[in-house]
Amino acid sequence: MSTNTPLLRVRDLRTQFHTDQGVALAVDGVSFDLKAGKTLALVGESGCGKSVTAMSILRLIPSPPGKIAGGTIEFEGRDLLGASDQDLRKVRGNDISMIFQEPMTSMNPVFRVGNQLTDVIRLHRGSSKADARREAIALLAQVGIPAPEERIDDYPHQMSGGMLQRIMIAMALSCQPKVLIADEPTTALDVTIQAQILELLKSLQVSKGLAILLITHDLGVVEEVSDEVAVMYAGKIIEYSARTSSLLETPRHPYTQGLYASLPSMQRGRTRLHTIPGSVPAATQFPSGCRFHPRCPHALPVCKETAPPWTPLENGSGVACWLHAEAKP
Amino acid sequence: MNKKTNTEQGYWRLVWRQFRRNRLSVVGLLILGLLTLVAVAAPFLANDVPVYMVKGGKSYWFPNVISYQELEAANFYSTAMRWTPGEGEYALRPPIPFSPRNQMLLDNKRGPSAKHWLGTDDRGRSVAARIVWGSRISLSVGFIAEGISVLVGIFLGALAGYYGGRTDALIMRLIEVVMCFPAFFLILALVALLPPSIFTVMFALGLLGWPGIARLVRGEFLKLRESQFALAAKASGLGDARIIFRHLAPNAMAPVLVSATFGVAGAILTESALSFLGFGVPPPTASWGELLSQSQHLVGSGIWWLVVFPGLAIFATVTAFNLVGEGLRDAMDPRLRQ
Repeated sequence: MSTNTPLLRVRDLRTQFHTDQGVALAVDGVSFDLKAGKTLALVGESGCGKSVTAMSILRLIPSPPGKIAGGTIEFEGRDLLGASDQDLRKVRGNDISMIFQEPMTSMNPVFRVGNQLTDVIRLHRGSSKADARREAIALLAQVGIPAPEERIDDYPHQMSGGMLQRIMIAMALSCQPKVLIADEPTTALDVTIQAQILELLKSLQVSKGLAILLITHDLGVVEEVSDEVAVMYAGKIIEYSARTSSLLETPRHPYTQGLYASLPSMQRGRTRLHTIPGSVPAATQFPSGCRFHPRCPHALPVCKETAPPWTPLENGSGVACWLHAEAKP
Repeated sequence: MNKKTNTEQGYWRLVWRQFRRNRLSVVGLLILGLLTLVAVAAPFLANDVPVYMVKGGKSYWFPNVISYQELEAANFYSTAMRWTPGEGEYALRPPIPFSPRNQMLLDNKRGPSAKHWLGTDDRGRSVAARIVWGSRISLSVGFIAEGISVLVGIFLGALAGYYGGRTDALIMRLIEVVMCFPAFFLILALVALLPPSIFTVMFALGLLGWPGIARLVRGEFLKLRESQFALAAKASGLGDARIIFRHLAPNAMAPVLVSATFGVAGAILTESALSFLGFGVPPPTASWGELLSQSQHLVGSGIWWLVVFPGLAIFATVTAFNLVGEGLRDAMDPRLRQ
């Protein structure tokens, strides 16, 4: 397979939550491709729909109140949104796996970590207990757990957060998936552990040719590990760059610019940190036109009226902003 | 291994440490242990067949639990009580040398004596032997009936809590319907309709005891289904049944265990009440409630031992279960942990 064919193709995904306050458009028309061996980072503030996007891919949205209202998700050309529950279960953990933000709460407290690991291996591969255990030990060694023969019989509460995240990664990789969805995998960890986990993900990606969808709000993490970046705001992708470095050099969208300006910097010396005024609007009451316009320093009159069109830029990148649109109304 | 002594302090070890602080609960546990021992060892405690004997030049080990063909042929088992070892013969009998079915009509309605420690009933059967054997009925009815309740309760409660919505509404209405019935009369009706046997009693008690457990489990599942590890299990491709019963259910066990302990006490009490009314375990099986019911039509004749001893047995058992239940509840409540 050529590296340009996307493994995972998401088009116009719409995920909504029906709440008492109205319909929340948590994800509203998101499209992206995930290519084999590449890392796509999905960046944005809390509540912008990153995690909902990730959960929609494996159809993990609690329903009700959640509902995938439109769009398509294809994995290797197979439709995931229309798949039966049984087919979907074969994809989950086997072709596409997921790791979560809080390793401490992602493991079942009443089971030894080894049993949770072998459970998944046996489910998808049908291997014997002894084989699964041997494999689990090898996996633990691979993700850098010291003395895996001993630690495999520990309970989750006997391990540190970083260790548990390693085990989550081992579990996610146990069936050699093609896609790994990492939902804020390092947010709950110390900075030094963060670096180790990211390093581990990177090396595993190289050795296994994994495609990673990395959900994060940390631009430092993006810079370190991702090949491509999509910036989300209020349920939409507002800027996409096929090369992480080019987004870092020249952010186009005022929101992306704002995000970068808010990063502490060694060069700028001791000044007050920049902030983007206001906060993310509630998903039930998005503003008209461009959803960023009430907070945007460059807002034009048209921004209030009409949502900006997607403007393609060089090598597949693009931005949704009137400032960059070719045809201004 | 040394390095693990700090971290290996599992949940149950913590619960046990806390439980031990409560003296009364420990006493309750000891009583239950003793009772279980009595129930298990009943053939060795109260039996007309010796534990060891030499008869006709042959020695027999444990004829009380092992059936020997030649003894069977000689019709020994039904006449064991009357057999006295002759020259060169020997019998080591259990401390209460009567089985609960031995009728000694000449000895009937005798008060406690050296021969009959707790007296005899109106057919001359040893009350002590019947209490010892009755413990088997009480404990097995208690545990199995509550076992059925727990299984049904966990199953329905888990489904209601995990799926929510319509499933939940349906199961909750069912719970309300069952809870609305005056349980004891429904059980009486069920037992009257079904063929009389110990299993009928267990079944009827079990089928009416589950709503409380189901509610508890549902509450736990409402919390558990939102947990990250439920999501992680789902994301790993596990099916609903596996997630519910293998991954989530063990996390909901603590409150169920406490409730089940009280439930066993309740089931024992109800079984005694049923037997007292003559609807319980059919005769001639010995049960505590049945002993009490004999005393019912002997009231006024001064036969106090038929009231006091089985009553004490029921009281001690139920109290012990309740004490253990209370101790468990306190030990598992993190707010009361010191």
